[in-house]
Amino acid sequence: MSVSLPALLSQLLLGLVNGSFYAMLSLGLAVIFGLLNVINFAHGALFMMGAVLTWMAMNYLGANYWVMLLVAPVVVGAFGILIERLLLRWIYKLDHLYGLLLTLGLTLLIEGIFRSAYGVSGLAYDTPDALSGAFNLGFMILPKYRAWVVVASLVVCFVTWFLIEKTRIGAYLRAGTENPRLVEAFGVNVPLMITLTYGFGVALAAFAGVLAAPVIQVSPLMGQNLIIVVFAVVVIGGMGSIMGAILTGLGLGVIEGLTKVFYPEASSTVVFVIMVIVLLIRPAGLFGKEK
Amino acid sequence: MNKSFIGYGLLFAALLAAPFVGAYPVFMMKLMCFALFAAAFNLLLGYTGLLSFGHAAFLGGSAYVAGHAMKVWGVTPEIGLVLGTATGALLGWLFGVLAIRRQGIYFAMITLALAQMVFFIALQAPFTGGEDGLQAVPRGKLFGVLDLKDDLTMYYVALVIVAAAFLLIMRTIHSPFGQVLKGIKENEPRAVSLGYDVGRFKLLAFVISAALSGLAGSLKTLVLGFATLTDVHWSSSGSVILMTLLGGLGTLSGPLVGAAVVVALENKIGELGHLLASITRVEWFNTLGESVTIVTGLIFVVCVLAFRRGIMGEAIVLLGRGGKRAQAGGGH
Repeated sequence: MSVSLPALLSQLLLGLVNGSFYAMLSLGLAVIFGLLNVINFAHGALFMMGAVLTWMAMNYLGANYWVMLLVAPVVVGAFGILIERLLLRWIYKLDHLYGLLLTLGLTLLIEGIFRSAYGVSGLAYDTPDALSGAFNLGFMILPKYRAWVVVASLVVCFVTWFLIEKTRIGAYLRAGTENPRLVEAFGVNVPLMITLTYGFGVALAAFAGVLAAPVIQVSPLMGQNLIIVVFAVVVIGGMGSIMGAILTGLGLGVIEGLTKVFYPEASSTVVFVIMVIVLLIRPAGLFGKEK
Repeated sequence: MNKSFIGYGLLFAALLAAPFVGAYPVFMMKLMCFALFAAAFNLLLGYTGLLSFGHAAFLGGSAYVAGHAMKVWGVTPEIGLVLGTATGALLGWLFGVLAIRRQGIYFAMITLALAQMVFFIALQAPFTGGEDGLQAVPRGKLFGVLDLKDDLTMYYVALVIVAAAFLLIMRTIHSPFGQVLKGIKENEPRAVSLGYDVGRFKLLAFVISAALSGLAGSLKTLVLGFATLTDVHWSSSGSVILMTLLGGLGTLSGPLVGAAVVVALENKIGELGHLLASITRVEWFNTLGESVTIVTGLIFVVCVLAFRRGIMGEAIVLLGRGGKRAQAGGGH
């Protein structure tokens, strides 16, 4: 089989783009799960909200892409805080499964509402002027927007990692993950921390949604297939480590991109196949510790 | 026990009489298939405490296999059902072996991911018909003699199959094996320390549940004459969870009631919307038929927050037969 180098590189880049979304989403899931013990099924729906809100603001209000890159995560994050305060906090004492079921219900609700407003077909979405076009690197054409997605996601992932692993707030967060009652006894406002964490994780999903909008088709159902792949990513990586989530996400995106070149039929299943292999060899996940 | 026997006897009698009092047999059969699906699912979630998010794969996978066998190979219906059930069992074993390696929330995510893999295979494999699905599966003759083309004949055959499967579930739950499953659900470490090989019990429960889901899926294909991607899509897994949760986790009758409510809701929501629109004069309600997920999502949220015992769980408590069988919703 002959594969041309530019084709290979462009699929590799596309894989890296998808990997960035996996990384940001699984990062948010891991942070939320660490503190709340809730697997946020609604993550995909909130990712979609980020994208669709941006589409709405651009179409109805003529808003600017760069403004929405900031505003959409804030709005969705605030929405997440509302969800946490009004709904999630009632189920922390129950079995973890109820968290999954509650957020599944929220997903159906949110997607249903957007679907009733916009249907299931894709919404047209323009790449911002400054990022349209491409660099010609000689050996390949590098679309500016894709390069931007990868760089922006890496920066956001790194900042998150730094916040959690290297700062005082991060230390509280990590301590809260280990033993919330003890942290509370030291005078840290744990319920507030939980609320903000959920808001932050959700804002990360919305940020990924805004970034993703020009690359993948914006539609009310764009989040639901993605979230299942991200679940597999989380199983593969294990939710124990922030860096682990980032690396697993990026790595799987790249592998998926390569599969598209060499064996396209398997590109939609390759992540699941890897999950099976990892479960057989290392059940706790690549970076995981059994909780 | 006596009271519930009378209850199930009455239900069976009502189902026997249903076609003669105006119930539409095909709708009733669809309902029974989903009731069986939910009851099989409840064996796992309600009695073993395992949340599988992959039951769509068993329902849909076996629907395809049974449909393909009956349509292309031309086997008789009973062979089709057996093949479908075996498919469910085999897939269940594969899923189970992998998913049991992790616990709790991971178990749910693994089963969901595996089922998504089955979905993509069904989307691409040549024999499933892709987006169109498998259409025009003939009903054929049961054992080569009993012609199932007649809806009424089909109805009674389906009723017997579903009732037998339900009795099997009942027997399983009340057997020593079922007691061990409940023990695992209540306190897994203690079950381990008592010397039970918890992994094997979980796996066996998973296989039984998957096999019966496979029976439900193949029976559905036999009745309706088609198998489509809808069955194997993750939303089927979601709706069977909803049926069980709404009906009452860990109650025998709950899944039956839950399935009836959810299937009826999905079928009649359009009419309900028109009714609401005519009462409230809010135009939007007319589109409710296309937005069934808004309603199911709301039911999910309400069930989790305020109605964890489900319909039958609450009924059992109200009837004062002790809370024992309804404790499932109380959390740990």
